Amino acid sequence: MVESDFDKIDVVLREFEGRKGALIPILQNTQAQLGFLSKEALEYISEKTKIPVSEIYGVATFYTQFRLHPIGKNIIRICHGTACHVANAPKISEALYEELKVEPGGTTKDLKFTVEEVACLGCCSLAPVIMVNDKAYGRLTPDKIKDILAQY
Amino acid sequence: MENSVRIKVGLASCGIAAGGLDVLEKVEAFLKEHDVKAQLEHTGCIGMCYAEVLMEIEDDEFGSTMYGYLNAVDIEDILTAHLIEKKPLTEHIVVSDKFGGKEKEILDYQTRIVLRNCGVINPESIDEYIERGGYEALQKVIKDMSPVDVIDEIKESGLRGRGGAGFPTGLKWQFAYNNYADKKYVICNADEGDPGAFMDRSVLEGDPHEVLEGMLIAAYAIGSDTGFIYCRAEYPLAVKRLRIAIEKAKEKGFIGKNILGSDFDFDLTVYEGAGAFVCGEETALMKSIEGKRGMPTLRPPYPAESGLWGKPTNINNVETYSNVAWIIRNGAKKYADFGTEKSKGTKVFALTGKIKNGGLVEVPMGMTLRDVIYKVGGGIIDNRKFKAVQLGGPSGGCIPESLLDTPVDYDSLTKTGAIMGSGGMVVMDDTTCMVDMARFFLNFTQDESCGKCTFCRIGTKRMLEILNRITQGKGEKGDIEKLEDLSKKIIKGSLCGLGQTAPNPVLTTIKYFRDEYEAHINDKTCPAGACKDLVKYEILEDKCIGCGACKRACLVDAISGEKKEVHTINQDICIKCGACMTACKFDAVIKS
Repeated sequence: MVESDFDKIDVVLREFEGRKGALIPILQNTQAQLGFLSKEALEYISEKTKIPVSEIYGVATFYTQFRLHPIGKNIIRICHGTACHVANAPKISEALYEELKVEPGGTTKDLKFTVEEVACLGCCSLAPVIMVNDKAYGRLTPDKIKDILAQY
Repeated sequence: MENSVRIKVGLASCGIAAGGLDVLEKVEAFLKEHDVKAQLEHTGCIGMCYAEVLMEIEDDEFGSTMYGYLNAVDIEDILTAHLIEKKPLTEHIVVSDKFGGKEKEILDYQTRIVLRNCGVINPESIDEYIERGGYEALQKVIKDMSPVDVIDEIKESGLRGRGGAGFPTGLKWQFAYNNYADKKYVICNADEGDPGAFMDRSVLEGDPHEVLEGMLIAAYAIGSDTGFIYCRAEYPLAVKRLRIAIEKAKEKGFIGKNILGSDFDFDLTVYEGAGAFVCGEETALMKSIEGKRGMPTLRPPYPAESGLWGKPTNINNVETYSNVAWIIRNGAKKYADFGTEKSKGTKVFALTGKIKNGGLVEVPMGMTLRDVIYKVGGGIIDNRKFKAVQLGGPSGGCIPESLLDTPVDYDSLTKTGAIMGSGGMVVMDDTTCMVDMARFFLNFTQDESCGKCTFCRIGTKRMLEILNRITQGKGEKGDIEKLEDLSKKIIKGSLCGLGQTAPNPVLTTIKYFRDEYEAHINDKTCPAGACKDLVKYEILEDKCIGCGACKRACLVDAISGEKKEVHTINQDICIKCGACMTACKFDAVIKS
């Protein structure tokens, strides 16, 4: 981590100073600032909050939202909720993995895309759905994947 | 005249995903270009998600006119016809005071208590909520009712927890009230994790104040001054709108110190979950708010006795709180008029899957599943054959056609082996494989098991392995019995609802669709044609004209053939994605 990264964590820590049980929001905000939670970042948070790093690591690995590795520039979330599953979401995933040559949860070599499978994005009526960053694409078929990726 | 025109565009998550923002932009541009004076507003989800993007125009000539299935390109024509030529294009209308509209019937079947404001008001405006009777109930309880009066009223209404288990809400409040402590908490469980369920999201995005008012009344009743809303992080818009709602409620003096001049104080914080399904379980949720791993603890003690940080805590879900203000305002008796003897009021369902009118519906308890699916939901897509309806997500079960006349209430649904659950209702047709469905849910629960109880952690894993084998055509005799045996043990050996209900999807599919399991195991076939390893795509020689559409659609270049000659699929390369079948216009590609 560079010097400015520590400053960013300091800002986050100041915001939650003295608040009971603030570890999860601290990690969320740190991740929002730095993209992922590096070992150094976790150790620094531990040092400042006096929460043992083992406990912080336990929390960080329990919740799926937290990432311990760098991620791609664009995050693609494939919905695998019930409605999307019934509407053939597995075929959308396959098409994506095929196109990007990555494994589930993986990041492309050029660090352009990270692909995650998520439980439900809550747009069931548009199934099957994927979300690229904050934009949702609904009523998909495998052949639409190429065009969507080309926009990024 | 022109001043009284109001245009509302549906901008909940589904509306935005369907292109709502593009529509909004077009409307803005139109109003500017033609110098039309109209109030342009955003609103939440009216529930007709299948017809998104939706836009409602309210004016003196036509009353309320709702347009649906919109694209940004249609807007110019629709607005010109409606606002300038005064001759609305009826083919785009879904519901209208003057023109009826093809969807009016669907709304007429419903009873809207929880969703009464969704899609009607601007969720970011507290004034619009107040205009429709908002915060009247809070004033009533503070001025005229004691905490015991409030609890009695809720008890009398017969309201039961809408999160799934159906525990009487009034009784829950009573327990928290009875426990003396220096501090008590009120929590709203908005960690809606069941895949295929989005009731709470729509309420939070469409009418956040309704949830706040319900929580305030609960806090007043049990004697609490601090509350948390635990909302899943996957719902950024809901979190944003809740925060705006809390700010506005503070400005108006509904949240804060000495609320409405009384000695009742209440402070409310939104807490974002970090992605763990088990946190929907109340003890796990409280651990998460405390900043720890969200692992359930043994009950008793129940939260009403020892909850958040060891203090008495009342925890209800979004939909439960959303009923409270209505009950106080209209009286418990009126609420109890809806529903059945033991299940009062209404229930919101997220209707999805192979259903024509997918979306959010609210029906009185006691309506039959058949009416919900065929009357409110419009039946099955492409009029295919109904096979099963899945209720209650990963904790629930699949109900077959023979039980479609089961009324929607807690006790009748439990008898079928499914549960009411939080309100996910996924409809399946004859192309859905029930073994694959069971596998899908098991895959989910085994992934989300927190790992504390051995049977839940390892038992679900073993069950998933068996189901994986069966769907791959490697099932063995005795597998069904093994699944049943493991199910019983997982139910017995798990601490929380996740493990105790995880086997339900498997048990109900075995109970009602045993023949499908047997077909997979004995004949190595998938009757629904859904299990990839048991199907094969082929091209019929007599139907293929050699157009090459399938070849172009194939992602892995598994199809070969010259132009105008019969094409063939190389089975070794084929990934069975089905793109060729979709691409073929001559029905020459078949699945066997």
